[in-house]
Amino acid sequence: MAYLELQELRRAFGPVVALDGINVSMNKGEFLSLLGPSGCGKTTALRLVAGFDRPDSGSIAIDGKDITHLSPSRRDMGMVFQAYSLFPNLTAEQNVEFGLRIRKHKRGARRKRVSELLELVGLGHAGKRYPHQLSGGMQQRVALARALAIEPRVLLLDEPLSALDAKVRVQLREEIRRIQTQLGITTLYVTHDQEEALSVSDQVAVMWSGRIEQKGTPSEMYGAPATPFVAEFIGTMNRLEAVVVDGDRGEVEHGGTRLTVDTARGRSRGERVLVLVRPELLELEPSTNAGGDNSLAGEVITHTFLGSVTRVKIVGSEAELTADVPTARVGSLPVGLKVNALVPVAGTRLLSLTEEPSSDGPDPGDR
Amino acid sequence: MRRRFSVTAWIWLLVAAAYFLIPLIATLLFSIKDDQTGKCCSLGAYGFVLHDHQFWTSIRVSFVLALETIVISLLLFVPTIYWVHLKIPRLRPVLGFLALIPFVVPPIVLVVGLLNLYKGAPGWFYAQPYGFLVAAYVILAFPYMFFALDAGFRSIDLHTLTEASQSLGANWRTTLGRVILPNIRVAALGGSFLTLAIVMGEFTIASLSAFNTFPTYIQLINESKAYEAAALSLMSFGITWAAMLALLFVGRGRPGRAVQVAATR
Repeated sequence: MAYLELQELRRAFGPVVALDGINVSMNKGEFLSLLGPSGCGKTTALRLVAGFDRPDSGSIAIDGKDITHLSPSRRDMGMVFQAYSLFPNLTAEQNVEFGLRIRKHKRGARRKRVSELLELVGLGHAGKRYPHQLSGGMQQRVALARALAIEPRVLLLDEPLSALDAKVRVQLREEIRRIQTQLGITTLYVTHDQEEALSVSDQVAVMWSGRIEQKGTPSEMYGAPATPFVAEFIGTMNRLEAVVVDGDRGEVEHGGTRLTVDTARGRSRGERVLVLVRPELLELEPSTNAGGDNSLAGEVITHTFLGSVTRVKIVGSEAELTADVPTARVGSLPVGLKVNALVPVAGTRLLSLTEEPSSDGPDPGDR
Repeated sequence: MRRRFSVTAWIWLLVAAAYFLIPLIATLLFSIKDDQTGKCCSLGAYGFVLHDHQFWTSIRVSFVLALETIVISLLLFVPTIYWVHLKIPRLRPVLGFLALIPFVVPPIVLVVGLLNLYKGAPGWFYAQPYGFLVAAYVILAFPYMFFALDAGFRSIDLHTLTEASQSLGANWRTTLGRVILPNIRVAALGGSFLTLAIVMGEFTIASLSAFNTFPTYIQLINESKAYEAAALSLMSFGITWAAMLALLFVGRGRPGRAVQVAATR
């Protein structure tokens, strides 16, 4: 049985539907990220779990007990907020101690726990400092220690790294994962940063327009996006609209060019599909007069240096394509060069265009 | 690099200083003249005031009134303004408008209205300064208390602090007492000392409702004893300054600062 279960949660603010009947199940000790663009409903979902808001319908249960109408102070949820939320009038130690004092723990036990937690987040030396004497990263570490101090049933993290600079963000997200694994605490994490979600989570649920588009492991989300939105949102994806011309041989036609893709096999002739190809799977080679098999012709228009690879954008007759080329090789593909982009037969995803999500369609979360 | 003041700046500074200091110095010089000879220098006027039991009685009444007004105002307005900021922010402008009314309604109108309103009230309230006058002074202090507290609540991330406190298991009372109040301490003190200053100097309502307070005592002395009235004026000025210094001192107290808001909701 799931440890945390959200069932058919719905919340509307006037005419705006923030959550449209989402279902989420989490096992004990699992790290699940709600990932999506601004306004998709992920923070609303988290606030409903925390008890700061009430759903219009649906239920929330922990360990089989319904907590939908329980006040936030009685839910035993530790929360780390997007904004710096330390109490400015208390030192780091006193902040961590706050929840324990509310629970009337004995002074000795409180001191021991506070000291352990500050050590755990690497701030054993900063306990006497006030929030304004701590950097943003340190404040969020203290906030994490404070949330963990009460031994919460679920740890809720609402974009806790979004106000931090890139380096601290990477460092802290790894620490959050380390601590979560070490303590085995069930964690619900909200973020709009796909890299963050994919790198720390056991499960990722991509949200859009108040619904869960797809839920799965990070590698499933990246390698097998179930909807065009997920494909677009997670990583970069080339989208080629095509029509199946021969389902037996796996052939589709895109802008007059025939392409063979394994995933088209078994599709019916005339079906409109979307061929999805990751940039790292596209191979570029200088154009020959004859053109290449299973390739699309185009011209290099930009290079974007990303370190070990360079992202090359080419424009063809029908679509713009993006390919990741090892930086050492990119010198042979200067801007303006006519190239062929080879589409791999295996490794592409294919979505029927009739599967495009619509606002009144079935809940994608159930897929 | 040291910043240099221009001559014009110095002139304006001196003019401003003269504007404030000359009346004070003149009052001081007048207050230390001898009652019999009219010449300098005697502390007789100060001695008279300090030995007059009415001075101590009236100042005690006014101080108690001020404290009572401050406590009632804080108990009334802190939770109200907190709740409005947190749950019904659209009511904030309405409260702001209501807070302006005591500025618009003259005290004489207010006192006549209140005397009629409370005519049937029990004697312990209607006939006592600590009942009737406090009710009037809470209304008078409303704008000062409201705008000070409102600024205080706006300077902190109220929603996040409240939610953080609740998620740690605190109920509303604990959240307000242990998290919110300490972080609006300076605003609450500001409102409190403005209230103190208002009550210590309020004459019209006290006089028209026939209660003896510090301002009515000043007026009484002013009518009959010129040097003592000057001494009393300086002493009341000193009391106001002492209150302001106390605010500065207490407000500087602990090193916690207003929360740094990193993101909006």
